[in-house]
Amino acid sequence: MLFTPNALHIPDGFLTPFVSLVGWGLALILLLIAVRQTRRQLAERQVPVMGVMAAFIFAAQAVNFPVAAGTSGHLLGGALAAITLGPWAAALVMTAVIVVQGLIFQDGGLLAMGWNIINMGILTAFTGHLGYSIVQRLAGAGRAGRLAGAVAGAWASVEAGAIATSIELAASGTAPLALALPAMAGVHALIGIGEALITVGAVALLQASRPEVMGSAETAPGQKTASFVVLGLLMAMGVAVLSPIASSDPDGLQAVAGTQGFAVQAQGNGLGILPGYAFPLVQNPAVATMLAVAGGVSIVFAIAVILGRAASRRAAGRS
Amino acid sequence: MHFDLSDAYRPRASFVHRLDPRTKVLCALLAIAALGVIPAGRWALFLVMGALIVGVAAGSRLGAGFAMKRAALALPFVLAALPLPFTTSGRTVFEVPLVGWAASDEGLTRLASLLVRTWLAAQAAILLTATTPFRDLLWALGALRLPRILVSTIGFMYRYLFVLADEAARMLQARSSRAARLGKKRPSLRWLGWTVGMMVGTLFLRSLERSDRVYAAMLSRGYDGRPLVFVQSEMRRADWWALLTTGLILAVLVVIPHLA
Amino acid sequence: MHHTIETSNLRFAYPDGRRALDGVSLHIAPGEKVALVGPNGAGKSTLLLHLNGTLRGQGEVRVCGKAVNDDNLPAVRAAVGLVFQDPDDQLFSSNVFDDVAFGPIYMGLSQGEVRDRVEKALAAVGMAGSEERVPHHLSGGEKKRVAIATVLAMDPEILVLDEPTAGLDPRSRRGLIQLLRALPQTMLASTHDMRLVAELFPRSVVLDGGVVVADGATTELMARPEFLEAHGLEAG
Repeated sequence: MLFTPNALHIPDGFLTPFVSLVGWGLALILLLIAVRQTRRQLAERQVPVMGVMAAFIFAAQAVNFPVAAGTSGHLLGGALAAITLGPWAAALVMTAVIVVQGLIFQDGGLLAMGWNIINMGILTAFTGHLGYSIVQRLAGAGRAGRLAGAVAGAWASVEAGAIATSIELAASGTAPLALALPAMAGVHALIGIGEALITVGAVALLQASRPEVMGSAETAPGQKTASFVVLGLLMAMGVAVLSPIASSDPDGLQAVAGTQGFAVQAQGNGLGILPGYAFPLVQNPAVATMLAVAGGVSIVFAIAVILGRAASRRAAGRS
Repeated sequence: MHFDLSDAYRPRASFVHRLDPRTKVLCALLAIAALGVIPAGRWALFLVMGALIVGVAAGSRLGAGFAMKRAALALPFVLAALPLPFTTSGRTVFEVPLVGWAASDEGLTRLASLLVRTWLAAQAAILLTATTPFRDLLWALGALRLPRILVSTIGFMYRYLFVLADEAARMLQARSSRAARLGKKRPSLRWLGWTVGMMVGTLFLRSLERSDRVYAAMLSRGYDGRPLVFVQSEMRRADWWALLTTGLILAVLVVIPHLA
Repeated sequence: MHHTIETSNLRFAYPDGRRALDGVSLHIAPGEKVALVGPNGAGKSTLLLHLNGTLRGQGEVRVCGKAVNDDNLPAVRAAVGLVFQDPDDQLFSSNVFDDVAFGPIYMGLSQGEVRDRVEKALAAVGMAGSEERVPHHLSGGEKKRVAIATVLAMDPEILVLDEPTAGLDPRSRRGLIQLLRALPQTMLASTHDMRLVAELFPRSVVLDGGVVVADGATTELMARPEFLEAHGLEAG
C-alpha cells in the first residue's frame, strides 16, 4: 500500500475512459504549447536543463519532512519549478516526472495520466507561478516579495491540484463532489503548508546565493499566456464545483438532466466511443453536465489562449 | 524511494521480451483502456482479463504471479472510493449501524469492480516495464508520437536521477547527523521546513550547474539542438500477430456486454 | 591536415569580471604530448574550453590552421576531442552505446558507420561489448574509459583531457595511463598529477593567474622545485 499524504496521482479505474480522454486531449494541447515556449526560452539548452531539472524535482520529492504521528510530507515541486524555471518549462519538467512515476512505479495510472499531468504538472506550476507573480506585485519585487510570493504560490498550487482531482473523481462518478472536495481541499490545505515552507526555504537560499537564477525565470517567455491558461482552468473548476454535480442528491441530478434533456443527448451524439455501451455512468447526469462544462471549458480556454497570445505579441511589439 | 529507474526491468529470454517495445506499449495501453470500458459487475470478463495478464506474465518467464504480487493499491484513492456503496442507489445489502448508511448492491459491485480494474491495470503496467528496458520504453513512446522534447527530457532525467539522488542522500545524512546534535529539543515544524528548503535549494543549484556542464559536453560532441535518434527496432511478424491477437481478444471482451 | 592547436594572446573574463585568461599564447605541433599544469584557479579548464569553441574569448584560437568561428565549429569539435573532468557530465545518455554513438550521429554518419565507430572506440579503450550497460552501473574507471570512447568515436586528431586521473583508484589510474600511452593522437592534458606528467608528457606548460609562466621540457621543469612550489605545484 502506497501512502503518501501528497498523493494526487490518480490510478487507473477511478476515472471513466471519457473523462480520461478529455484529460489526455487537454494535456497534449498544453504540452505542445509548452514545447514551443520552452524552445523560445532555452533554445538548444532545453534538453540538458529540463532533463537535469526533472531529475532534481524527482529527487527533491523524496526529501521527506515529518508532519505528525509518523507520517511525512513530500514536496510536490510544481510551484518551485515555476518560480525558478518559468511556468512552461516547469510544466514540461513536472510532466517528465509524472510520466515516469506512472509508467515505472505505477504511481498514477496510464489512462489517468492526462489529468495527472494537468493536476500535478500544469495546474501546480501555473497556479504557483500566478500566486508568486500576484503577491510579488503587491509586496514589491525585493527579497520579501519573492519569499511571500513563494509561500502563496506554493500553497495555492497544492490546493488547486487537490480541488481539480476531486472534480475529476466526481465527474467519473467515483466520489461525490460534496464529499471529495472538502476532504481533498481540507487535507491539502495542511499539506500545502509543508510545500510552502520547503519552497520558501529553497527560494530564500537561491535569493541569497544566486539571485540571477530567480531573475532569469522572471523574464521567461509566455508568462502572460500561462496566467490566462490557468485562470481559464481555475474558472472552469469553479463552474464545475457550482454545477449540478455538486449536489449529492441523485433525484436533484436526475431532475436537472431530465429538464435539460442532456441524458438523451449524451447517448445519441456519438461522443461515446462505443455506441450505447452499458457504462454505469451514462445514467449519471454528472457526465451529461460535464459534457456541457467541457464544452464551456474549451471555449473559455481557446479565448484565453488567443487573448494571451495577442497580449504577449503586443508587449513584444512595444519592447 | 527507488532512484534506479532501470530497477523494474527483469531481463529474460522470452518471446515477450523480444517483441518490439511499441507492440508492448500499445498492448498495455489497449488492455488498460479495455479494463476501463468493461462495465461493473462483469466478473467473468474481469476474470478473462486477469487470465490474459497472468498468461503474459508466465509467457515472459517472470512467473505467473509476478505482477499480482507487485500491484499495490493507492490508499488515499481507495479511501476516496469507499463511499460508493452508500451513494449509489439500489437494493440495500446492509446498513451501517448508528449512522444508518445503506450500502446498495449496485454500489458494492461498482466499488469492487473499481478495485479490480485498478489492480489489473497496475499489473499490465508492471509487466510492460518488467519486459522492456527503460531506454527502449522511452524510444517506443517517442516512436508513438510523444513529443520528442519530452522524450529527451525523460531520458536525461533517467540518467541523472541516480547522480542527484546520491547527492540528496548525502545531504539527508548530513542533516540527520546535525539534528542529532540538537539533543532533546524537538525542532519546530518551521525550522524543519526551512532546513529542508535550504537542502532543496542547494540541490537545485548543483543540478543547475551540472546541467551547464552537461550542455558543454553535448556541444563538444557536436550537439546542435536537433533531436536525432538512432532507429532502434523494427516490427516483425511476431509483433503484428501479438497486436492482432491482443486487439481481437480485447475487442471481444468489450463487445460481449452489448450482445445480451 | 596539419593537426595543430594555436592560441594567440587569448584573453577571457567571466561575466562577473573575473579575468580567467590574460594573454595566453600556445603552439602545439602534431604528435606532441603536452601537460598543462598550474594551481587551482589558474585558468586551465577555461583554456581547455576555448580549444573546441565552447568558450569564446578575445585573441585567436586556431585549430588545424583555421581560426575557430561559427562556421567551422562542427569540424573543430570533431577534430578536437575534449574529455571532461567528471565523466558523469560526459556520459549523459541512457546506455553506453547511445553515449558513444552520440558524436558520430551528430556528425551525420550512417547507421552502419555509427555502429562501426562505436565498436572501434569501445575496443580502443578496453570496454568492448559494454554497449548495453547503463552508466550508473559503471565503476569510476570504467566511466572514464567510456568517456574517452565517446570522444574517440569522432576520430579526433587532438585529445584534450581535463584532470584525467582525478578520482581514480591506483589500479584504474594505471590502466588509464596505459591507455593514454597507446593512443596515437596529439595530446594536451590539464592535470595536478605530476607523476602522470613525468611518465607521459615530454613537454609541460605552466599556467598561473591566467598567463603562461613556463613552457618547455618536463625534465627541465621537474628540476626546478622552487619554481614549482611558487606556482602551487610539487615535483611528483
